[in-house]
Amino acid sequence: MGCGMGKSELQLKKCDRGAPFIKMIRNALFLYYNTLTSVSFMSFSGSISAPGNFNLFYHIFLLKLELQSECENTLNRCLFTFAISTKMSSTLFTSSAIRAALLIQRWYRQYVARLEMRRRCTWNIFQSIEYAGEQDQIKLYNFFGFLMDHFTPASSERNLISHIFRENEICRDIEWERYFCYKSIEVPESYTGPHLTFPMTFCGVSKLVEAFKHKQQLHARYVLQILGETWRLLRILPNINYVSVCHNQEITICGDLHGHLEDLLLIFYKNGLPSSEKPYVFNGDFVDRGKNSLEILLILFGFLLVYPNDVHLNRGNHEDHIVNLRYGFTKEVLGKYRVHGKKILKLLQKIFSWLPLATVIDHKVLIVHGGISDMTDLNVIERVDRHRYVSALRPTKMSQQVVNGSKSQNSRNGEAGGPVEGRRRVYSLTHHSPASAQRHNPPRRSLHNLPISNQLSWSLEDELKRRRRLAGFDQSYGEMNKSESDSDSEPAGTETDEQEWKQIVDLLWSDPMPQNGCIPNEVRGGGCYWGPDITEEVLERHNLQLLIRSHECKQDGYEFCHNRRVLTIFSASNYYEVGSNRGAYIRMGPDLVPHFIQYQASRTSRELTLTQSVGWTERSALRALREQLFVHKSDLISAFQEFDPNNTGMISLRHWASATETVLNLGLPWRVLRPQLVNSTKYGMVDYQQWIRELSITEPKLEISDTSILETMYKNHSNLETIFRIIDTDHSGSISFEEFRQTWKLLSSHLKTEISDEAIADLAQSIDFNKDGSIDINEFMEAFRLVDLSAHT
Amino acid sequence: MNHTDKTPVVARRRDNNMAESNNQSAETKLSEVQKRIKAAFETFDNAANNTVDVREIGTIIYSLGCFPSQADLHDFIAEVEEDHSGYIHLDSFLPAMTKVLLEHKFPPIPKDLLLQAFEVLDKDNKGYLEPEELTKYMTQEGEPFTQEEMDEMLTALADHERNVVYYKDLISQLAIDPDM
Repeated sequence: MGCGMGKSELQLKKCDRGAPFIKMIRNALFLYYNTLTSVSFMSFSGSISAPGNFNLFYHIFLLKLELQSECENTLNRCLFTFAISTKMSSTLFTSSAIRAALLIQRWYRQYVARLEMRRRCTWNIFQSIEYAGEQDQIKLYNFFGFLMDHFTPASSERNLISHIFRENEICRDIEWERYFCYKSIEVPESYTGPHLTFPMTFCGVSKLVEAFKHKQQLHARYVLQILGETWRLLRILPNINYVSVCHNQEITICGDLHGHLEDLLLIFYKNGLPSSEKPYVFNGDFVDRGKNSLEILLILFGFLLVYPNDVHLNRGNHEDHIVNLRYGFTKEVLGKYRVHGKKILKLLQKIFSWLPLATVIDHKVLIVHGGISDMTDLNVIERVDRHRYVSALRPTKMSQQVVNGSKSQNSRNGEAGGPVEGRRRVYSLTHHSPASAQRHNPPRRSLHNLPISNQLSWSLEDELKRRRRLAGFDQSYGEMNKSESDSDSEPAGTETDEQEWKQIVDLLWSDPMPQNGCIPNEVRGGGCYWGPDITEEVLERHNLQLLIRSHECKQDGYEFCHNRRVLTIFSASNYYEVGSNRGAYIRMGPDLVPHFIQYQASRTSRELTLTQSVGWTERSALRALREQLFVHKSDLISAFQEFDPNNTGMISLRHWASATETVLNLGLPWRVLRPQLVNSTKYGMVDYQQWIRELSITEPKLEISDTSILETMYKNHSNLETIFRIIDTDHSGSISFEEFRQTWKLLSSHLKTEISDEAIADLAQSIDFNKDGSIDINEFMEAFRLVDLSAHT
Repeated sequence: MNHTDKTPVVARRRDNNMAESNNQSAETKLSEVQKRIKAAFETFDNAANNTVDVREIGTIIYSLGCFPSQADLHDFIAEVEEDHSGYIHLDSFLPAMTKVLLEHKFPPIPKDLLLQAFEVLDKDNKGYLEPEELTKYMTQEGEPFTQEEMDEMLTALADHERNVVYYKDLISQLAIDPDM
């Protein structure tokens, strides 16, 4: 049956074109069935145009066939033609219909799967870029920490940034109260926004919600008033809210909102406003990214003030003024409140530090923003002074790590000291216990990089020395170590502090992973990745049955993992882009079984079809990705040239993918993405110079002679802005030229590249200085915002 | 490895270069195929440990340009899933999928055949299908859709104004495969 079959297949194909189908069927039968095996005939009725051949048809349907697919297609074609052109009996028609249905189902399922693949790729793009940004932020902050620890108190650079490390003064609340006093602020006659009276009432908050729905802005006086009251209330709340669900009640649990007011309004619309009959838990990340972070906070605080026993707020990793500098909340507040913004931000800083860390329902369900680690101990968390941790990005004491008979410079434990790898390649380090942390603590650039001790390896030390020299500092490392060491009178105290700090960071920053174990979360730079075994262990230790957390965007708004013992809930729909994901919230009764309600806020009334939403999100992700590629132009070209020693200008696709991943470090499947990023390839080769040219996103708006500084500018847009805002201590929105210069110096030392004074002066000259010699940060950043020239909708 | 080159030895010596480049292209072809498979696999490998959830295997196979039936998928999964861990490792997936691709095991459905299939269901030859008609067939015959799949299909395929499925246009629209 072997080769002969092959040949006759070809013949059949040729016959297919014009031959009468009956002849075709006969041929097929002769070729493929040597014998007609026993067949059961079904009775049939109806008129058939070619009765003599009808039996043949039946054999086709009822025999078990093992045909190659081409033959299957041929058969189908014949049968369908027959079915369409004749008025068949119902039985035969049904059989044809079944085959037709099978075909359509197969086709459609393939189509949906292709869409799903594209959606998944798009998702990965957004997520990689998001997490890389977070990592970036933390690297920057750690760099400042390093500077703080190792340079003279008098150095001007230190002064620029020292204020962000200032401890939260806790014993001067009275003075703070005076500072935050709203009483002196007059509300003018012309104010058309809502007027609030205190104490807050349900009517008052509802009025506030309505006002925000109509895009009104609350006057600064009332903002400070609400915030002041909130601060006072939060100070008496415990670290962990213990809640119980009454027998005829349900509690509602919401995840990340990230400034998406429309989602909060949608939740209230579907679910009702908070009240004593309708308790709510909001699980952190109320601010950043979205445009209405402040409105969300005011609404949540308003309800908290009215129903303190029924509204519960957990702190998220974005309730952190350092993170806010980068992710937009600081900018939003300063933009909306030019005169009082700074005060509002300062008060919010305190409020964030006073937000509770967790909520427990009926002693059975634990709700925290990020997650847990193997060290999580609710008893410890209950006892900490949570308000001392103003920012989760740094322990309160800038202490040296206790050095116990330091080992000689260890090799870096098999870990690359270079850039932390992207999302997909998580290091599988062994379980970290406090004891071993001393012994082999590789110097990673993450939150786990506590002040660097003697246990550095040589090459890293050299790097640091070089960095310091570049930044203009010339203290030697060894001396600084001794002179700055904290009092060693309470090593235990220090360690407890850091353990406490770690507990809090883990609660706010961790993510679950499928494998067992607990490893540092290198992708975000803080907290851990924890496995199902840790979930079991921690839940059991505390006699809990479910962990609800947020922190990660999920396409359907929620997702179970770890054998349904961990539930992620995410309430910001369209988080990455319109149509990217749904939001969801949980309703839970006394039986503690979670029920989900999903939604998607949409600006247009018509729902996007699956295709449209995938397409839209995809275009947006690709735009974001192209931007990343664009800002790394020089590095990409260097990487490509390494694969092109003969300078032909072409490299293989394989090399293109490998080089791009090395430079961008996002862990994305470049080969799969290639068709959407590279227009044309010749014989599997990419003309990379041309491709880079085609990536051009923007023309520089200003004449700058040094293009490399421009590239640094684009590549480090967020870092630069963050540094600006840190240096702008009074939140005025402007910095002096000297501060501008210092900013660039700081950035260049963080990046370990040289940026010459000339280049900086050049840059400064191209900007209009105000008369008093200061630069408006917003204006500056706007001038260098990347504008997609090939803008398509 | 499947050498498609079957030229006899004599001919091979004569066309040395061509044969060599043919061999090379066969090798390159294999490695290209394997790269594609790995890339598709990686998209669903969330933990970066070369395993994917078994429920995503169908999507991966489809996205590589194959058109298996549900029965085909079950058979494939049965072959590559070692224990019932719910996860499939790249080591078992790669050889099986390579074979599928090199042998064109689940080739695409020819457009004209697809059109005919719709025409079969369109008993009255209207040129379109009513949602109820399509629903009946898709959810009751063949390898039936779930209600969710059906709802999605109608949302995706039905004309918004008239609420019927104009299958002729759809076939050309939806057949465009940008990345294959």
